[in-house]
Amino acid sequence: MTRWLDHLLVLPVVLPLVAGAVMLLIDEQHRILKTAISIGTIVALTGVALALLTVVDAPESAAVWVYRLGDWPTPFAIVLVADRLSALMLVLTSTLALASMVFSVARWDRAGAHFRAMFQFLLMGLNGAFLTGDLFNLFVWFELLLAASYGLVLHGSGTRRVRAGLHYIAVNLATSLLFLIGVSLIYGVTGTLNMADLAIRIPQVPAESRGLLESGAAVLGIAFLVKAGMWPLSFWLPTAYSAAAPPVAAMFSVMSKLGVYVALRLWLLLFGADSGASAHFGGEWLAFAGIATIVFGAIGVLASQDIARLAGFSVLISSGTVMAVIATGQVGVTGPALYYLVSSTLAIGALFMLIELLERGREPGADVLAVTREAYGEDDGDDLVQTEKVGVAIPAAMAILGLCFIGCTLVLAGLPPLSGFIAKFAVLTALFSPPGAGVTAGVPALAWALLGLLIFSGLMTLVAMTRAGIRTLWTRETVPRVRVIEIAPIVILLLATAALTIQAGPVMRYMQAAASALYVPQDYMQGVLTAPLGRIAPAKGGT
Amino acid sequence: MELILSLAIGTLAGCGVWLLLRPRTFQVIMGLVLLSYAVNLFILGVGGLRVGMPPFLAKGQIGSIAQFADPLPQSLVLTAIVISFATTALFLVVLLASRGLTGTDHVDGTEPEA
Repeated sequence: MTRWLDHLLVLPVVLPLVAGAVMLLIDEQHRILKTAISIGTIVALTGVALALLTVVDAPESAAVWVYRLGDWPTPFAIVLVADRLSALMLVLTSTLALASMVFSVARWDRAGAHFRAMFQFLLMGLNGAFLTGDLFNLFVWFELLLAASYGLVLHGSGTRRVRAGLHYIAVNLATSLLFLIGVSLIYGVTGTLNMADLAIRIPQVPAESRGLLESGAAVLGIAFLVKAGMWPLSFWLPTAYSAAAPPVAAMFSVMSKLGVYVALRLWLLLFGADSGASAHFGGEWLAFAGIATIVFGAIGVLASQDIARLAGFSVLISSGTVMAVIATGQVGVTGPALYYLVSSTLAIGALFMLIELLERGREPGADVLAVTREAYGEDDGDDLVQTEKVGVAIPAAMAILGLCFIGCTLVLAGLPPLSGFIAKFAVLTALFSPPGAGVTAGVPALAWALLGLLIFSGLMTLVAMTRAGIRTLWTRETVPRVRVIEIAPIVILLLATAALTIQAGPVMRYMQAAASALYVPQDYMQGVLTAPLGRIAPAKGGT
Repeated sequence: MELILSLAIGTLAGCGVWLLLRPRTFQVIMGLVLLSYAVNLFILGVGGLRVGMPPFLAKGQIGSIAQFADPLPQSLVLTAIVISFATTALFLVVLLASRGLTGTDHVDGTEPEA
């Protein structure tokens, strides 16, 4: 590998930072230039993410790629670590980002100032959080992406967004403080913030400090679970997500998966089977919280009048399912859970964008846009001409919208033939055939509960989506004007779930490899702590 | 000193939580500010409280952690202060926007029916 390729790992953070900063300097008038920069950056990010995924998945590689910022020795340096799970999340993020950025070109990027720059900063925060191997650094990335998301949730303005945004920001600020308390408690007990180093030190923590460590971990866990939308900490989520602009809401669906990702990574790394007295700390809480979230989400989906709230509650079902399934602590179940995570995130992202097209012409959504245009003092007449020019209207709009809606429903409810079915089927199969069958007496009660809940939540989603579909698709007089550039991202996201279905074998193998690596954190620890010094050697006589 | 610091953190956190749960946006923001002070003091505390200790070793000096202040929590606090300052400022803007759009400073944007 050449020296330049070594720096590939820092690109997911640096690229959006540079792009976002540059776009702040460019005047809002240069729309085409700014759009080209943002889409170009996201395409490049997708390429980098795919390259990382190929590298860490190569059979001969160590499966952990470590990048030390500033090239300090490892326990002191802040490291970026790519393994299969991080690479997967990066690919998911950039795919969804590409879709929602293209979607926003049609009109949403003009609903407020600095949309594209904030979008890039959100991507930077997400990528950084997925890659970092340092606990405090994780906090910084969290704050970064939250700061961008505060701006984005208000994008388009309007009373509803500001009101939802106020709650969203207050909850997240309080959560960040909890995050800090957790991090500092863990630091106080172990004396390190490097995740791999922590995993080594936690088994050695003396018994009298263990209570402090565990309460630190619990406080930290609450901070992630708020982000993941865990019941009862999720009351803000459906309101904020349904109030946000559709491309933003689509990105937020991957943002709540960040909470799930961190919980998965830290729980298995710090409190895995080898972590001594604290092994599997909080596992049962995770399971109960996940189950409660599924139930709450399922009831919420059924109770939602507004289709955007329905999508918000689907986010909860998805998060809760992954949490509860992961909390079973079986390696065979975690792979399918990751598959479910990817497929449901793609579908929810598509659904958030689809909703806006479906609601067009029914709800006064367009009026809100007009109001903000006025508020930002943009030239209204010129804008309308511009809007008409972007893209061409597609024929048979209702048919295509309907088909996309059916696609989303199939994935979210877990019906064949799309990937939602495969995901749920694989989860249930793995739940009922644990590798050590016979050692444990019969199938645990948790597995039965999850079986019931997965099917229950699927049914509730199906009922709610069918009802919403009938209401929005069959009982309308006007056909919405939909442009290719708006429907294409949705179709592509749904095609991605179809591709997941067709390529289910290789994808599932990858997920399983990612899951197995999580359950054997020694490779991760070794990889991070013994990363060769000066691998990114400075040029002779240079910096 | 430990007692004073603990009392200070406790008082700040208590007041912060109480204010955070109040129905007016300004009270909420003051609550968040007080809470962030409490958390910053808390972070400083986890490194161990020492007075007049240098955070760095002189060149060639060998010392134990008992003789030196832990520099890491100090740098963490610095980061936390900057971040909470920025986010509080941002929240303040949203607060003003909400006041302007809804005409009330209630967190829900509507006055409760008396």
